[in-house]
Amino acid sequence: MTDVLTPDPEAPRAIAQAPDASPADVGGGRWKRAALIAVPYVWLLVLFLAPFFIVLKISLSDTVIAQPPYQPVLDLANGWRGVVDWWNGLDFENYQILFEDELYVASYLSSLKIATISTLLTLAIAYPMAYAMARAPKSIRPTLLMAVILPFWTSLLIRVYAWIGILNPEGLLNQFLLWTGIIHEPLYIMNTETAVYIGIVYSYLPFMVLPLYSSLEKLDETLLEAAADLGSPPWRSFWQITVPLSLPGVVAGCFLVFIPACGEFVIPDLLGGSETLMIGKTLYNEFFLNRDWPVSSAIAVLLLLVLVVPIAIYNNIQAKELGGKA
Amino acid sequence: MRKGLSSVNLVALTFGFAFLYLPIVLLVIYSFNASQLVTVWGGFSTRWYVSLFHNEQLLEAAWVTVRVGILSATVATVLGTLAAVTLVRMGRFPGRTLFSGMVYAPLVMPEVITGLSMLLLFVAIGLDRGFFTLALAHITFSMCFVAVVVQSRLISFDQSLEEAALDLGCPPFKTFIVITLPIILPAIVSGWMLAFTLSIDDLVISQFTTGPGATTLPMRIYSSVRLGVKPEINAVCTILIAIVTTGVIIASIATKRAENERAKAERAAAAGR
Repeated sequence: MTDVLTPDPEAPRAIAQAPDASPADVGGGRWKRAALIAVPYVWLLVLFLAPFFIVLKISLSDTVIAQPPYQPVLDLANGWRGVVDWWNGLDFENYQILFEDELYVASYLSSLKIATISTLLTLAIAYPMAYAMARAPKSIRPTLLMAVILPFWTSLLIRVYAWIGILNPEGLLNQFLLWTGIIHEPLYIMNTETAVYIGIVYSYLPFMVLPLYSSLEKLDETLLEAAADLGSPPWRSFWQITVPLSLPGVVAGCFLVFIPACGEFVIPDLLGGSETLMIGKTLYNEFFLNRDWPVSSAIAVLLLLVLVVPIAIYNNIQAKELGGKA
Repeated sequence: MRKGLSSVNLVALTFGFAFLYLPIVLLVIYSFNASQLVTVWGGFSTRWYVSLFHNEQLLEAAWVTVRVGILSATVATVLGTLAAVTLVRMGRFPGRTLFSGMVYAPLVMPEVITGLSMLLLFVAIGLDRGFFTLALAHITFSMCFVAVVVQSRLISFDQSLEEAALDLGCPPFKTFIVITLPIILPAIVSGWMLAFTLSIDDLVISQFTTGPGATTLPMRIYSSVRLGVKPEINAVCTILIAIVTTGVIIASIATKRAENERAKAERAAAAGR
């Protein structure tokens, strides 16, 4: 499980080797430095990393009607025997349930499908936007950037809620379309997978636009001028220069959308219908409605396993992005 | 790339921003709807705002939200700044890779996983769920956002200023306080605001980690949204949007101004040399 949290060792090493005249290194003393590092380190170890091992442990336990609703519970009062009993009580039964019950397998597959399609849709809308922003006059660029970031500061819940009033059968979209005469029967978008796509694309659009913009903005104009001088038509320069050079932004943006979208709960819960399966929603319901802690833990462990590779790649990009300038 | 906007670019921008803002604008407009029916316009009215202030449950939830927000944003800013300094200025230390992984992973970790795992930790160590566990959870995920914001500022500023102070015999700790801190202060302030906003907006992690007596505003909004769209909810959302928007705009103007002044001062100092 530690793999989830350990990006490629190459990237941070680059930062570590960067020459640095750190104020803490000069004099000061080793202890002060160690203490400074230890505070955030221990905090994250205890409150971020350790909980994953607890999730793993509980995913191997059995469901019981008790407080806490799982067993075995590690009982150190019985000494070594307590540890042995606890260890013998662990098994993979919950994982078996996950693979045997179609609901869970379907939820995983459907989450991956919805996350993939909405990531591509977001990219299709964000790329022209980011491209236009990077070409806009320098004076208005900060304002445009601000305008993209602002919705991100507004609660996801509120933004998703806003769409309910629009997509309802008697909502604003249908009122408008009926009024213009384009349709004669209201469209049923609310509580379908289409509504979930709209919700995800809408909510995660800023996450895609920002990395795209920052890689497009850095693009060296002279490359395009040189291509044009050599007779390359604009579309060809776009495909052979702009697109490849913006790839880091594309990759970062896609991960920033895909990973959280896979485990999304609020959007499928509020906009999707009962047939819209997503693993985040399944986990939430398993935990809050069925109160089955061990099975929800097993769902979480499997979801993490699915996301290990994307998260590791994303971490690697982050470390490089922030380390490269050091 | 050749600058200047073509008509295709303008269409992309117009469409993109309309898509981003239209739903929010409609939500705000309909919060002033006199009609009980959310989607039928019945004239302008502020009645839903008035009724908000008589809704005890909502007011209490708002108070909890603000308290958790201030407490968690403050602690997260301290821890996040320490984490950023560790990543940028501490060079190599054992377990560095793990540390940077733990800082970046929460940024993309699905909320249901973070929420569930923290809840199970609180249960395992026998901590009663409520205000305190809510704050602990919020600190943990928002400190990582603060760390990234402060980190990007730390690596972009001129390190020779620090080196100069150290060469002149200023002790490292004092150098940090006198030189480094003022330079990264705008980033620390925006880190705090980001942490505060993340805290007051959070629903999923809060649902998992809270207990009796600590219901936040998003939790209240969520439970009434499940029952359908209500004009009163539009009014709460409008107030939240207004607070966040004003805060973000003021902060960005203030940051811009502080940066401009600093740049001017640095140029003046360079010219005087």
